[in-house]
Amino acid sequence: MAATDVDVFSNEEKRNLSLGGHVGFDSLPDQLVSKSVTQGFCFNILCVGETGIGKSTLMNTLFNTMFENEEASHYQNGVYLRPRTYDLQESNVHLKLTIVDTVGFGDQINKEDSYKPIVDYIDTQFENYLQEELKIKRSLFNYHDTRIHICLYFIAPTGHSLKSLDLVTMKKLDSKVNIIPIIAKADTISKSELHKFKIKIMSELVSNGVQIYQFPTDDEAVSEINASMNAHLPFAVVGSVEEVKVGNKTVRARQYPWGVVQVENESHCDFVKLREMLIRVNMEDLREQTHARHYELYRRCKLEEMGFKDTDPDSQPFSLQETYEAKRKEFLGDLQRKEEEMRQMFVNKVKETEAELKEKERELHDKFEQLKRMHQEEKRKVEEKRRDLEEEMNAFNRKKVAAETLSLSQPLKKDKDKKNRSVKTENQSGVSASSSKVMMAKASVEPLNCQSWWQAIQCCTCLVHNATWKPEGLF
Amino acid sequence: QMEILKYRRSTCTVEKQYVGFATLPNQVHRKSVKKGFDFTLMVAGESGMGKSTLVNSLFLTDLYKDRKLLNAEERINQTVEIIKHTVDIEEKGVKLKLTIVDTPGFGDAVNNNECWKPITDYIDQQFEQYFRDESGLNRKNIQDNRVHCCLYFIPPFGHGLRPVDVEFMKALHEKVNIIPLIAKADCLTPNEIKKLKDRIREEIDKFGIKVYQFPECDSDEDEEFKQLDKELKECTPFAVIGSNTVVEARGQRVRGRLYPWGIVEVENQSHCDFVKLRNMLIRSHMHDLKDVTCDVHYENYRAQCIQEMTSKLAQDNRMESPIPILPLSTPDVDTEKLIKMKDEELKRMQEMLNKMQQQMHEKDQ
Repeated sequence: MAATDVDVFSNEEKRNLSLGGHVGFDSLPDQLVSKSVTQGFCFNILCVGETGIGKSTLMNTLFNTMFENEEASHYQNGVYLRPRTYDLQESNVHLKLTIVDTVGFGDQINKEDSYKPIVDYIDTQFENYLQEELKIKRSLFNYHDTRIHICLYFIAPTGHSLKSLDLVTMKKLDSKVNIIPIIAKADTISKSELHKFKIKIMSELVSNGVQIYQFPTDDEAVSEINASMNAHLPFAVVGSVEEVKVGNKTVRARQYPWGVVQVENESHCDFVKLREMLIRVNMEDLREQTHARHYELYRRCKLEEMGFKDTDPDSQPFSLQETYEAKRKEFLGDLQRKEEEMRQMFVNKVKETEAELKEKERELHDKFEQLKRMHQEEKRKVEEKRRDLEEEMNAFNRKKVAAETLSLSQPLKKDKDKKNRSVKTENQSGVSASSSKVMMAKASVEPLNCQSWWQAIQCCTCLVHNATWKPEGLF
Repeated sequence: QMEILKYRRSTCTVEKQYVGFATLPNQVHRKSVKKGFDFTLMVAGESGMGKSTLVNSLFLTDLYKDRKLLNAEERINQTVEIIKHTVDIEEKGVKLKLTIVDTPGFGDAVNNNECWKPITDYIDQQFEQYFRDESGLNRKNIQDNRVHCCLYFIPPFGHGLRPVDVEFMKALHEKVNIIPLIAKADCLTPNEIKKLKDRIREEIDKFGIKVYQFPECDSDEDEEFKQLDKELKECTPFAVIGSNTVVEARGQRVRGRLYPWGIVEVENQSHCDFVKLRNMLIRSHMHDLKDVTCDVHYENYRAQCIQEMTSKLAQDNRMESPIPILPLSTPDVDTEKLIKMKDEELKRMQEMLNKMQQQMHEKDQ
């Protein structure tokens, strides 16, 4: 139902009727209550503060139980959020409590980005709820609401004023979540200092436009107490889970050499006020504010980003459906266009690659041709050389034969035989030492296919035997 | 045993003939009273740690009468300033010129990268000033502005040292005597104090931070003194509380803080370590702090300075040294050339040798 429809109804006259008897619809609140009791309640607290400032201890003190917690280290690289969910029960009321801790807050040397993880976390919870709300098939009554209902901001008790980091962070958070600032470890500030400190903090918040959560004063039943509590902000709290005997009672307290600070003593600290406000009086209002104000703001911004409007240029109310259709068409059009683009790109790329491949092929072909040519060239050269060598060999053989025929007509010397025998040839034909030397020299110059000189000699002598010589014919 | 007897006899003889140099300590005392003392104390830590209050409590004066504190908004991009307060105080004829160096803005901005740089620069400047004065011609009235001690305030709200604490102390531990303190200790129960002290000592060891160490007792001091000294050492870092106001407690008027649940007395040793700090800082170790600054930190600075200067001089012969220094044995240009030539020759010969070796090797094959 768009906003304008409501106006139509309210313009009609409202008539008050008096009842003739007891109808019974005054039980409606009770029905609501019993329904919500069976459903169970859900509450999410975000604790923002430096490491060691007392966040975990305060939670333990507030809910009178020991949530598991390890001590955090000061040496984290950045801030990260640690949500933990617990199921608590008091009388017959079930509470699903989620406590989100900021680990590493305030420890880094450069704290410019410290607020970002916190803001991101809050936005993510809103986003999840929005997604659920926009679903076609949704189950909101079953949905585990993780949106942060309250942010407790822990201020260090310096006694002067807020820290610069506090101011910057609270400014970023005030439009997204209900903030209640509290002064932690307040047992280190004396009464007079505390008064001045509170005034200073509130004035700084006001002058910088930081909106903290105001306890609601529109409901007469609680307006008085809420108004007085508003004046006590920020609450100066002390947390403790240790019990100390004071008088004849055992209370939660901190024991010092100079006295005992009792957590639940209103003249010692504002713990009782905080518990009253946070849990006993305003828990439901906090949830409402989160949903009605912070979440709606987020939703509006998000949808506006996506292009939704409540009224079109002609000031006619848009229905969500039409907007959806328009958006859908746009989206599909976009998709198609993108597809076309991609296809085009693909085709282009294929062409390019083909051209490249062709180019490469051509190059390879050229190279191959070149190599072939080179190879042929080499072969030719080798052939030439072989022919030369053959000629030489022939020439040599001729000489040899000539020499043989010459030596046959002369007596041989024995030691020269021995020398020739050492060459291991069977058919020594009395070659003189000088010719063997010549042979050796020749062989070493052109070994042909042989590795060493005496193998060359072997080849030559074989050749010699194959030749048909007529000694007489030479001379 | 004969030796001991001989020795005993000789001391006796000294007493019989009184020389009188036993009055030397008195002479020193007299002269020093006449000359007066000076001491420079630096306090560092985030704002709101109670530094000013502690200084007021230590010296029982009010040094910060008209101080203006900045808002959170103004501190987002604040830079660190150095502010000096100098007072002349006198006690029983002994004059002390006390200088407190304040460092407002440290650790207060959102981005505290290198926020200790102005502080280290200041300390170096004082060293440099003294160095110049000391090397000058007229050394009659040298003013010693060197920082003798730095009190570093660690917040009691955390579980130990934070990264900014570690970085700060590491940047300064070789320039000044650092005494770490746990500030606003009235927010910690005795157990918590013990745990935090142990944790901080552990972390100081782990990160290699050199804080000021108390000098060892002489072996001939009496037992009580030794015991006190031991307790003092085990008590660091001191957990302190300061106060600007006087309250009535147990029938006396004392400096303290009034709470609904009790009164914290600054000078009550079971409440905090203020008395130990005061005794150590003022009554027993003030002069030792000055000595360590002069003999260790300043000497380190001076040596480093001189080395840098001479290495620069060797490169730039034209520059006149403003400070007389002994000539160091850096080689001049000619000898360097010679050395280079010789080196090259050697290399050549080495190469030739290698070649010849190779050739011979081939021939053998």
